[in-house]
Parts: sequence; C-alpha cells; structure tokens
Amino acid sequence: MAALINVPPKAKRGDIIEIKTLMSHIMETGYRHTADGAVVPRDIITSFACRYNGSEIFRAELFPAIAANPFLSFFPIAADSGTFDFEWTGDNGFSATATAKITVE
Amino acid sequence: MRPVPAMATAALLLAMLPGHAGEIPPDARRSGTSFMAAETRAIQDDDSANPGMLWALDGDELWRRKVGASGQSCADCHGDARDSMTGVASRYPAFDRETGQPVNLEQRINLERERHQQAPLLAYESHDLLALEALVARQSRGLPIASGTDPELAPFVARGRELFTRRQGQLNLSCANCHDDNWDKHLAGSAVTQGHPTGYPLYRLEWQTLGSLQRRLRGCIFGVRAQPYEFGTPELVELELYLMTRAAGMAMEAPAVRP
Repeated sequence: MAALINVPPKAKRGDIIEIKTLMSHIMETGYRHTADGAVVPRDIITSFACRYNGSEIFRAELFPAIAANPFLSFFPIAADSGTFDFEWTGDNGFSATATAKITVE
Repeated sequence: MRPVPAMATAALLLAMLPGHAGEIPPDARRSGTSFMAAETRAIQDDDSANPGMLWALDGDELWRRKVGASGQSCADCHGDARDSMTGVASRYPAFDRETGQPVNLEQRINLERERHQQAPLLAYESHDLLALEALVARQSRGLPIASGTDPELAPFVARGRELFTRRQGQLNLSCANCHDDNWDKHLAGSAVTQGHPTGYPLYRLEWQTLGSLQRRLRGCIFGVRAQPYEFGTPELVELELYLMTRAAGMAMEAPAVRP
C-alpha cells in the first residue's frame, strides 16, 4: 500500500513541526449496495498511531464517514533526533507501516 | 396575475442568453484550478497531501516491473520515467502511424504492452492503468499543452470540435453551450468552468479516486442525458484531442485535484 509521509528532515529543539500522512485506502463505508442489491462489506482503516523514538505521541480512530485515502496531519514538538514510526490498521487484517527520520539540533 | 408568468418567462429567457457567445479568446482561458476553493488548491499544490501522488508512486513501481511474454519492464526500454517521459503526456492524444488513428495516453500504454511487452491489456479506469498514466503525466507538470500539432491529426481535431459544438441528449445541450458560453456561471452551486483538460488523470473528491478525462467526459454526456460513448471509442478520443488543442499552451497540472 502506498503511503506519503512528510516529516521535516531537520528541526530546532523545541520547535513545533507539522507531520503529514496520506494513506492509500478505499475506506468502503459498508453502507453502499451494488446494482443487484448486495451490501458492499465495510473495509476501512480503523486506527492510526505514530510513535516518536518508541513512545506513542499521536493516535486516531477512524470511522466510516472518513473519505478514501485518509490524510492526517498533527503537530508534535521536536525533542530529539530519531525516528517516527507510523502504523495504520483496519478491516480484513489491513496493516501498513512507514518510518521517517528527523535530525534535531 | 398575468404579468407574473410573463416576467418569469422573460427572466428565464435572459438566464438562457449566452454570457460569452463563441470561443474563449486565448488570453481569457482559465484552468479549473482557478475556480476551486483555496482549500482544494492547497491539496493539489502539496505533493504530500495530493492523493493523486499515491497513484504516481504505484506507477513508479509498475514502471519497473517486468511483465508479459517479453519479460521486459517499461524501464528496460525507457529508463527512468522522470527523464524519458518529460513532455510526453502534454502532447497526447497523438497520431499512431500503425493504425492511422489518434490514441490517448491510456491507449498508448496498452499499445506498448501489446506490441513490445506482449502483456495483457489493462482495463480502462483500472488502478494499474491510472497509476502508469499518473506517473507519465506527472513528468509533464508545468509544461505547456502541445497536442494536435501533427498535421495528420487535423481531420480528427475537426471531428472533435464538431462533437463539442453538437447539441445532444434529452437536454439538447452541446459542450460549448456551457463551457464556451456560460463558463462563469454556476450549476447547482458548482462552477461550470471552461473545461480545459489540464490535470488528467486527476483526483476528484467526488469520485474519491483518480480518474481519466474520458471518465469525466462520460459524466458530462450522462449529465445532458445523452448515451455516453464507451471508453476508448474514436468519438471520445477525438473530443479529448479537440479539448487539448483548445487548451494548447496552458500548463499541465497532472495529477490535479478537483472537487
């Protein structure tokens, strides 16, 4: 699954930075029907989490009303150089991960 | 109460008068981007927020995947798409000498698969075809549209123009009735726009996915309650070709975002 992550490569200690994530997913609501009346089963991302050097700094629950290819952005404080780990989980065993590095001076 | 219907009729007639009869002068042309809300423009302008880039990313992987009886990938012949595909999408649909017909970018990708890779054709609007198209079109971003310069294409452009100006469907409207004559008005709250295909394939928020120009054209034809042409039919390719010549010189924006 394709994901686009935007984390600034460098930041000053204490700066508020913006992290942007875009995940490829159809986010099928489970409320739609096919032309012959069958329900299209729900298939959504249910959870997103971001860990910064191992500790969780952001978590979101996602629901059927959220558009396809969910875009999430959030604003942590740059504390130390290290790694951001992103994880999306959802219906039908959906699981995707991504990482990004930051240098804090 | 006789004057009221008369006034209503007059108001209706006034509303139906064309705002700008005839073709749009070159310097008055505007991309669909200029009609969008600032929020939608912000999604389009940020590659890490533009969902169309997800397709371009997948397209990059497909570009390097070996497929078909030939065991060749696109990259085996064309190298890095970032170099070799610059300015390709901006001159499509182009004339295919083997068939003597114009072909659009989707058809060109499938012709390459058929002729050189001996690989199964990709269905119109399938993820993989749109992904490859997005990757190729991305390399023309910012370049001026230059389709239809091949003299062989002249009769096809003329036919596309004829279709653009032909009234059709139960509403008896031509493309030109809205997109040449009334582009600065609104239709149920949405801007009509001038209909320049600068950003295809593009991510429509309404579709929740990437789609081709032909998908958009079929939507418009359905909207005037005419029978849409099937994907890949000569009529749609000719219309596509006319629209690209009509937008000649405007900057490519693919993969764009539209409401």
